[in-house]
Amino acid sequence: MQHTVKHVYYECSIRSGVVTRRLASAYSGGKVEFLKPSVMTNIQPTGTEEIHPDVALVARAKEGDVAAFEILVRQYDRQVFRIAQHITQNREDAEDVVQDAFLKAYEKLNQFQGNSKFYTWLVRIAVNESLMRLRKRRTGRMVSIDEDVETEEGSMPRDLADWSPDPEMMYGQSELAEILRKTIQGLPPGFRTVFALRDVEGLSTEETAEALGLSVPAVKSRLLRARLQLRERLSRYFRKKNIDGGEK
Amino acid sequence: MTCTEFLAQLDDLLDEKIPGTMRDDLSQHLRDCGHCVITYNTTRKTIEIFRSHEIYELPDALRERLHAAILAKCRKGCS
Ligand SMILES: [Zn+2]
Repeated sequence: MQHTVKHVYYECSIRSGVVTRRLASAYSGGKVEFLKPSVMTNIQPTGTEEIHPDVALVARAKEGDVAAFEILVRQYDRQVFRIAQHITQNREDAEDVVQDAFLKAYEKLNQFQGNSKFYTWLVRIAVNESLMRLRKRRTGRMVSIDEDVETEEGSMPRDLADWSPDPEMMYGQSELAEILRKTIQGLPPGFRTVFALRDVEGLSTEETAEALGLSVPAVKSRLLRARLQLRERLSRYFRKKNIDGGEK
Repeated sequence: MTCTEFLAQLDDLLDEKIPGTMRDDLSQHLRDCGHCVITYNTTRKTIEIFRSHEIYELPDALRERLHAAILAKCRKGCS
């Protein structure tokens, strides 16, 4: 399944002739070479700075070219859906967010100045739509990107058991996906949003900050807490078992 | 270096944004501290697992339906 996504990323990257560090680093095939430029050297054309192909598509869409906008929709709908699911944790809401985010982007296209990437701008719209829907479902409870930062949970690792060498092999694909969904669901919205943008979608820290309207240090502190909390929660499933099957 | 100091650098270490000298200090700590080795490895694995598994897939049928709805509204708005 992961290969589908990877394929899509590379496909559109290669087609457009530009591979950004973000895209190249996001899916480096599961290896831990997150930010190594070597990942992209064989794909990225050398020489002059390329203009991102979205720029031309956005310009055409601004002129009312719906076909150009459709290309942008096809390029980013999966990402918007994933981000919306991560934040809202609700399938219907995520569907609505995909529609509303793209429509809003289309309506506001003239306000898009091109100071940032179109994708980052779109993500910002999608995040705001997602948070709005989350708030609606959790009436009476405050929901914002700033929420829950006071919690100390996960700031210090507690479960220090080592994991099995191949933790993913301990479960079937669908069981594993369920574990991952359950695990990320338990994270405060502000944390899982940062994690989704930064680690799942592969935005840079700066882009994540821009998309969320947060400072870079704020993104970094949330990211660390999110990563440590997820690690802590996954430990329960992935820790090394004794030979008799019991936990150490 | 204490474990707390190590943890403060963990994100940058995971993102490979650590300058050389600092990297040496961190490596030294990893040689001496089994706990931080586990934290580092399992956190790295956590990110890797979430990156490589699609947990929220957009099914093709739904995708097409959403496209149709979005583009119909766009056309109405711009014509
Ligand atoms: Zn330590």
